[in-house]
Amino acid sequence: MSSETTRPPTVVEEELGGVLSRIERPPRPGPVSASITLGWRALLKIKHVPFQLFDVTAFPLMTTVLFTFLFGGALAGSPREYIQFLLPGILVQAIVFITVYTGVGLNTDIDKGLFDRFQSLPIWQPAPLVGALLGDVLRYSMAAVMVVGLGVVLGFRPEAGLVGVLFALALVLVFAFSLSWIWIVVGLLVDTPESVMTSSFLLLFPLTFVSNIFVDPATMPTWLQTVVRVNPVTHLVDASRGLMHGGVALADVMWVLVASAVLVAVFAPLSLYMYHKER
Amino acid sequence: MTSIEADGDSQSSSILSAEEDRTLQKSPTELDLAIETNGLKKAFGDTQAVDGVNLRIPRGTVYGLLGPNGAGKTTTIRMLATLLRPDAGIATVLGHDIVQDAAEVRATVSLTGQYASVDEDLTGRENLVLVGRLLGFSWRDAKTRADELLTAFGLDDAATRQVRTYSGGMRRRLDIAASLVVTPEVLFLDEPTTGLDPRSRNQVWAIIRTIAAEGTTVLLTTQYLDEADRLADRLAVIDNGHVIAEGTSRELKAAVGASTLHIRLRDPERREEAGAILRDVLGVVVHNGTDRDALSASVPHDQEAAAVLTALADVGIRVAEFSLGQASLDEVFLALTGRPAEDTTEEMSA
Ligand SMILES: Nc1ncnc2c1ncn2[C@@H]1O[C@H](COP(=O)(O)OP(=O)(O)OP(=O)(O)O)[C@@H](O)[C@H]1O
Ligand SMILES: [Mg+2]
Repeated sequence: MSSETTRPPTVVEEELGGVLSRIERPPRPGPVSASITLGWRALLKIKHVPFQLFDVTAFPLMTTVLFTFLFGGALAGSPREYIQFLLPGILVQAIVFITVYTGVGLNTDIDKGLFDRFQSLPIWQPAPLVGALLGDVLRYSMAAVMVVGLGVVLGFRPEAGLVGVLFALALVLVFAFSLSWIWIVVGLLVDTPESVMTSSFLLLFPLTFVSNIFVDPATMPTWLQTVVRVNPVTHLVDASRGLMHGGVALADVMWVLVASAVLVAVFAPLSLYMYHKER
Repeated sequence: MTSIEADGDSQSSSILSAEEDRTLQKSPTELDLAIETNGLKKAFGDTQAVDGVNLRIPRGTVYGLLGPNGAGKTTTIRMLATLLRPDAGIATVLGHDIVQDAAEVRATVSLTGQYASVDEDLTGRENLVLVGRLLGFSWRDAKTRADELLTAFGLDDAATRQVRTYSGGMRRRLDIAASLVVTPEVLFLDEPTTGLDPRSRNQVWAIIRTIAAEGTTVLLTTQYLDEADRLADRLAVIDNGHVIAEGTSRELKAAVGASTLHIRLRDPERREEAGAILRDVLGVVVHNGTDRDALSASVPHDQEAAAVLTALADVGIRVAEFSLGQASLDEVFLALTGRPAEDTTEEMSA
């Protein structure tokens, strides 16, 4: 922490008076403009604290490297073959985990009193939530590029090419956006950013590990296979693999879209209700 | 003042009756109120944070809400700034009901919360541009306005630094600047100087005086009696969610009645002894000051002060300083709540 400069008192009262009397209140901003401005804020945070991006992608990046070389040979014959299978799944896992930061960021803003400022401004009231989500989707995209980039370095070669990868990314982002609403609810509900983090892992670990991200579920006990099969993450991973390597099943895509729609339908109104409840 | 209970269902009717209520109560000199509250209540679980607060704050004044930790100051301000919905009672800000016309209220007020509500990850300039944009300025105007404010608040040098590197005083100034991107008609300042060193505190005081001089109504909360005394035209003393006294600081001091005798001894060792004599002569409670040689007591009748001086001289206790003055706000607070205000100040600076 640096301290105050040593110059004499810097507030010039006359100047201050001038600055205060001069200003006309502009017309209120529209919902879109307010949301975009708040999304811009999220961008600035990435610019000033780029580590937060690495923070959340470090784990998936590490698992990609480790799993590829540790288990690749045993699970798929060779690391190079395994990463073709693993990478779409790791991408899903990475992005699904990052969604927690939506709730963490929101809770921090409330905790710090920043939300008091936003909410006392004459803006469209859900704008802080929507703006945060806009910024988050951007953050997810950047993280996704990092994961896929590393994969390519390690030998990932999507058979469906760039277009397939972009479609897969889009689907993953749709799901992540929808999942984020859960964390908004959690962020509004719990007291500290740490509790958002802790409670999220209770959901995210089973959600991502009880899936087909790391291995083919065929070797699992039947009851577990059933769980894996209803997990939307499994369908998202299957759809991403299909989109990246060719041969996507429309059913998987539909599954993901329906799951996303349900998440938004339940948690978006709930979070808006909670957001307004106190006021 | 009549308190009006309003819950969700009966709101419209209670607003009507409050409307009538107001017209009945208004005296010609009080017509121009910036803020008026009637029986405002808010509970959190079992805690009755605000318990029937009535305030009448004239337009263009600096009004102080004075109270110890947990008195309900923040809760009151948050309700007035439309951040919390009251459980009962009504409040209007410049004639707009804080529940029914929340959007209109938001368009006329600015809030500087108790904990600096600026984004620590952003620079000072970015914070102000952000607020400017959210108020409806174009990018260009928001930037121009941000730069004007940064200069006026002495933050030019720090404009492009992340706020997390700011000192407490700079952060506070930025926070207040963010509330002045457009000059609000009513400004809420929640403990604007808590935790600041004397120099930063003076700067913030200067800022508040300037804002008030421009015609903005300022409602500020504070735990510092000194601050309320210096800044506020009128104040309300609030304790346990109740307003326990209201008036100008002069009125409050006068209400406590007696003048106060302050004595400093040449020989601090004899303070106990001197205290006993004061008690005998005046028949009131004697307070030891924070300095080891200081004593104070309220004096029911001024002529008794002379008797104290004689009594001390009789036993050879030499007096270095002897003064009789109007009660300080500290003493007012003590008289009103039965607790000294020092307690809260210490707790807060810890
Ligand atoms: N969100 C909340 N949930 C539960 N209790 C609360 C909440 N906000 C305030 N309280 C309680 O309400 C009472 C009044 O709190 P408030 O913050 O209004 O006091 P204050 O006068 O601002 O105190 P301080 O000087 O410490 O800021 C306190 O007992 C506090 O614990
Ligand atoms: Mg407070």
